[in-house]
Amino acid sequence: MTEDDLDRNRRHFLSVATAATGVVGVAMVAVPFLSSLKPSARAQALGAPVEVPLASMQPGEMVRVIWRGKLVFVLRRTEDMLSRLAGVEDDLRDPDSTEYADHQPDYAANATRSVKPEYLVVEGSCTHLGCAPLEDFEVRPAEGWEGGFFCPCHGSKFDLAGRVYKGVPAPSNLRVPPHRFVRDDLILIGQDMGAA
Amino acid sequence: MARIESEVGKPQGGLMKWIDDRFPFTKTMEHHVTKYYASKNFNWWYIFGVLAFVVLAIQLITGIFLTMNYKPSATDAFASVEYIMRDVEWGWLIRYMHSTGASFFFVVVYLHMFRAMLYGSYKKPRELIWIIGMLIFLVLMAEAFAGYLLPWGQMSYWGAQVIISLFGAIPVIGDGLVEFIKGDYSISDITLNRFFALHVIVLPLALIGLVFVHIVALHEVGSNNPDGIEIKENKGPDGVPLDGIAFHPYHTSKDLVGIIVFLMIFSAVVFFAPEMGGYFLEHANFEKANVTATPEHIAPVWYFTPYYAILRAVPDKFWGFVLFAISVILPLFLPWLDRSRVRSIRYRGWMYKSALTMFVITFFMLLWLGLQPAEGLYVVLARIFSVLYFAFFLLMPYYTSRDKTKPLPDRVVYHG
Repeated sequence: MTEDDLDRNRRHFLSVATAATGVVGVAMVAVPFLSSLKPSARAQALGAPVEVPLASMQPGEMVRVIWRGKLVFVLRRTEDMLSRLAGVEDDLRDPDSTEYADHQPDYAANATRSVKPEYLVVEGSCTHLGCAPLEDFEVRPAEGWEGGFFCPCHGSKFDLAGRVYKGVPAPSNLRVPPHRFVRDDLILIGQDMGAA
Repeated sequence: MARIESEVGKPQGGLMKWIDDRFPFTKTMEHHVTKYYASKNFNWWYIFGVLAFVVLAIQLITGIFLTMNYKPSATDAFASVEYIMRDVEWGWLIRYMHSTGASFFFVVVYLHMFRAMLYGSYKKPRELIWIIGMLIFLVLMAEAFAGYLLPWGQMSYWGAQVIISLFGAIPVIGDGLVEFIKGDYSISDITLNRFFALHVIVLPLALIGLVFVHIVALHEVGSNNPDGIEIKENKGPDGVPLDGIAFHPYHTSKDLVGIIVFLMIFSAVVFFAPEMGGYFLEHANFEKANVTATPEHIAPVWYFTPYYAILRAVPDKFWGFVLFAISVILPLFLPWLDRSRVRSIRYRGWMYKSALTMFVITFFMLLWLGLQPAEGLYVVLARIFSVLYFAFFLLMPYYTSRDKTKPLPDRVVYHG
């Protein structure tokens, strides 16, 4: 075969078609490999809802539970704590929880960020880089501290409804996980209100 | 060795020829070792490439032996490291060599990179060597980070939490990406398992491959030298650069001295200060990972803190991540940021000399600030030095092109 016999268009078409088929093949083979890195069926099953009994909780007491391997705070707020929520709103970045709609279920998108004002349920994971905030419920008027959560890693501050203060690295309020009251004295974390 | 064909009735050349007919053994050895000519005026700054190779070997060998007793599972990992330390014969030595090796790897690589900045080794035609070197540095950071999760201590867990959460700052895909990296909703047994795979298979393979390419590229263009002039421009009648001497046996015998001194220092740390006062092995990591409590003060290991200080200096999650990422990547562009006519600092003017001095101070200050709590004066200082860090690179085209340079010599010179 001489140079003149070469059908260049045909050769070009075949090269491109072969390469394209190869790319599609590689992409399809990549799917199972990449998918194997996603949370497995077992990891999802272990993410099953957890129950938190409330009967023995005193006002002002907080319990820590693990749901999906994540730390969740359940705080029984006192009347005094609730009364202080409105006072700090000017210092908060997103007091009405409107900026990040996915950070709380609709039924917790209210002034107290809770189903029942008394019980705050938030993920104990700072929205900056995921450290566990420390509870600091002591009111210190001299420092302008009305009680809330403080992240030891990079100094982010949250109020008693898990709402983030201005001027700290955390961009958003603490997340409220899906949860519902099974009974008045039992919360189920990981399942939405209305779900059976 | 040479035999007379008529007597033996076989072709001459022996085993070596038999191999060379089938594999370019002699050719490769000559090209890379016995006939690879590097400048005769190398100073001690040129030891760190060889030392990086030595540390890599230490890490690979000790690493292999550690995997024989380590268990990559959230329930067993912490206990298996204690088992290595207490019950495995000489396990403590192998583990301390590996943990000390990690810190020494960064000491050596940082000095190796600084050598390139002193003598302009990244400048044309060695840009690709520098880029490959930067990729090695990035893989090394990933390798160190993945390895740090494996003991499953408090610092392992919360350090990984913070660094993986960084990717959550990327708009839109951030949250999904974080879950994909963890393979779970939180850092768990699954995360530990895959970090183990990354640490012992994926990243070491990448590292070895990149080191190979790094050296092939270096031997193609030839080593730079403290004068930053091309020794290939002055060749003798035999085609060998007049200022070049063979890598083996001349440079290798000199390197051996450096390796021995290095091993003396390395051993001193392994035997007398393996924790290095909490800098090489952080104290919080002697406690098992606890999901419910972040340690009071968390800081990465020292070799990450310059970049971590920049991250914390920015009071915004997204921009903190962006500047952090840029600060790590920025040195990659040095070959094009540096507009100087000369390579070596010996022939540069006061501008580059002061800029580089300032950069060294800035780097150490950021390294120190990253270890301090993020409050008060520390934050202010971190911001000032972050600005200086970026200024060194971003203003480089300006000050290197204006800087007065001294005339270059024709042949390499010795200084002291």
